[in-house]
Amino acid sequence: MRILDPTDERVPVRRSLAARPEGLLGTVGLLDINKARGDVMLKRVQQRLNELLPNVAVKYYRKLTPARPAADDLRQQMLQECDFVIEGLAD
Amino acid sequence: MTSLPAFSLADLDGNRHSFPSSKTSLLCFVRDECETCHLSMPVIEAVYRAYGDAIDLWAVGQEDNEKLRERHQATVPILDDTALKVSFAYQVEIVPTIILAAADGTQILRWEAFHKEDWKELIARLSGLTDRPAPAIDWDKFPELRPGCGSRSVEPGVFERLTAEADGSRLRARQIEIGERDDPFEFMFEQGLTDGLPVVPPTPERVVRMLAGTRRDPQEVIGTCAPNYAPVTIEKIAINAVMAGCKPEYMPVVIAATEALCTKEFNAHALVSTYGPSPVIVVNGPIRHRLGMNMGINVLGHGNRANATIGRAIKLILRNLGGLRPGEIERAALGSPAKYGACYPEFEERSPWEPLHVERGFERNDSVVTLFSLEGSPHQIADQTSRTARALAGSLGLGMECGWHPKTHGVGDVLLVISPEHVDTLWRDRWSKDDVRKRIQEITSRPVRELLPTEDYGGLGAMPEQVALRHGRTAEQLNRMMPKFKNAKNIHIIVAGGPAGKWSSVINGFGDAAVSVPVSRKIEEVV
Repeated sequence: MRILDPTDERVPVRRSLAARPEGLLGTVGLLDINKARGDVMLKRVQQRLNELLPNVAVKYYRKLTPARPAADDLRQQMLQECDFVIEGLAD
Repeated sequence: MTSLPAFSLADLDGNRHSFPSSKTSLLCFVRDECETCHLSMPVIEAVYRAYGDAIDLWAVGQEDNEKLRERHQATVPILDDTALKVSFAYQVEIVPTIILAAADGTQILRWEAFHKEDWKELIARLSGLTDRPAPAIDWDKFPELRPGCGSRSVEPGVFERLTAEADGSRLRARQIEIGERDDPFEFMFEQGLTDGLPVVPPTPERVVRMLAGTRRDPQEVIGTCAPNYAPVTIEKIAINAVMAGCKPEYMPVVIAATEALCTKEFNAHALVSTYGPSPVIVVNGPIRHRLGMNMGINVLGHGNRANATIGRAIKLILRNLGGLRPGEIERAALGSPAKYGACYPEFEERSPWEPLHVERGFERNDSVVTLFSLEGSPHQIADQTSRTARALAGSLGLGMECGWHPKTHGVGDVLLVISPEHVDTLWRDRWSKDDVRKRIQEITSRPVRELLPTEDYGGLGAMPEQVALRHGRTAEQLNRMMPKFKNAKNIHIIVAGGPAGKWSSVINGFGDAAVSVPVSRKIEEVV
């Protein structure tokens, strides 16, 4: 849906960031959007997280295609299982 | 000669066709859902077979073009206008629409629906033009005339979308894409665009529809809105009116009220005050009836769309354009429910007096908004016992003395809403509005010495000594009588309310003329 801006347009549209946690604890989800070589980068991230933060759990998720938003089920699953998400975008 | 819009469309086999093409062209706008189009298709096909190599002849299909081709085994190119851009640009309202155009793209003739004689004349003309024989058509199978169907491009919702998307669209506001998975209502809350209640998402379609409520140019700047002094265009007013829930016919009222809001005299900047003032709109004249405004039972309350949304639109304009957001530049300590919007029509027909707008110099048949900067919430004054105008007006005066602080006198504008039962009591003694004003000033007049702060109660302003300084110190000065209002003219009176109930309401003032002056604007009606 598109809407027309009711303001004087002097302020850019803002989207608020999620609250920043104080430290890295809990579970980190890695989302592979299925773009070429995204898995290479994310697996390397996974390896480094395991080395540096052995108490942090890391879970790996994969989208079926980069062309569409993640399916609702996957989004819900990640919401429930993860405290953080790292996503590999673009090539 | 009408010059027709140029276009380029693909047919169902993917070949592109451009208009004008340097040949004579025959455009036939059709849609599969229309039986008159199906009646016409064999004629279009026959004409194509007869002249198609000499002129450009296209069916311009609005929907299900494959079905249309299959049903008629058509060889005539069917151009894909399912996006309806060309139909919209050609202002096609009825299908079929047949347009004959010269090689330079100017229109030679145009008709809608099915007319046997028109087709015959057209065929004769094409034969003359191309030197080819007329196709054999069994005309006995066709009726003389068959009405057409509505074009898809003018269907509700579609027309507004096409208007908003057209190259010559009158909309200029920034478009914000809301994610497919975002809830638009939640998005608008998150962006701080609402007054705390949900707003209607101002889609381009809805804004186009709202703009139909006025003849004014969407890009006309009607003023700047304090406190940020942002330019206010008709388009921005329409966007906020959509959000508030207005109907297009409310637009002239919202525009007139916004014009009043943007005047120096009204001084919307003062609305940032910790005192918590709000604009209060009074509507007079015939438009009250056309919009179905409520001037009777619960007039100052909820339940009527026009009353509620016109007032709300003004507040959203102040918020979104003026930047008047509580906790930011708006510093009201308490505020009032009127901050959601306050718009009331006068019940002129129930009043024996001149209505507010006539008192302010307009004709009775004019529709007018008057904008006040007031404390906001109505304060009810009950009097069930008075049987004379003098006693009742006395009660009203005593009730009105509470504004600001009972001991604060010499204050500015106030709005008194007198109920039908009360106005009957006043009019039984043939009291005019001025008589009521005079009585209010009379009963509230007190010696200055009684208005000074004491150890038992305080008041408005600075220390008691300074208040004394302001009013003077001599016995003569302290004995001077001071009415509640600086001038009787500060008491603005309207009649409104339900048939039963011996109570009136005062909407107390906020400042004097130095702060804000009530402003009236004539409403430009679109009938």
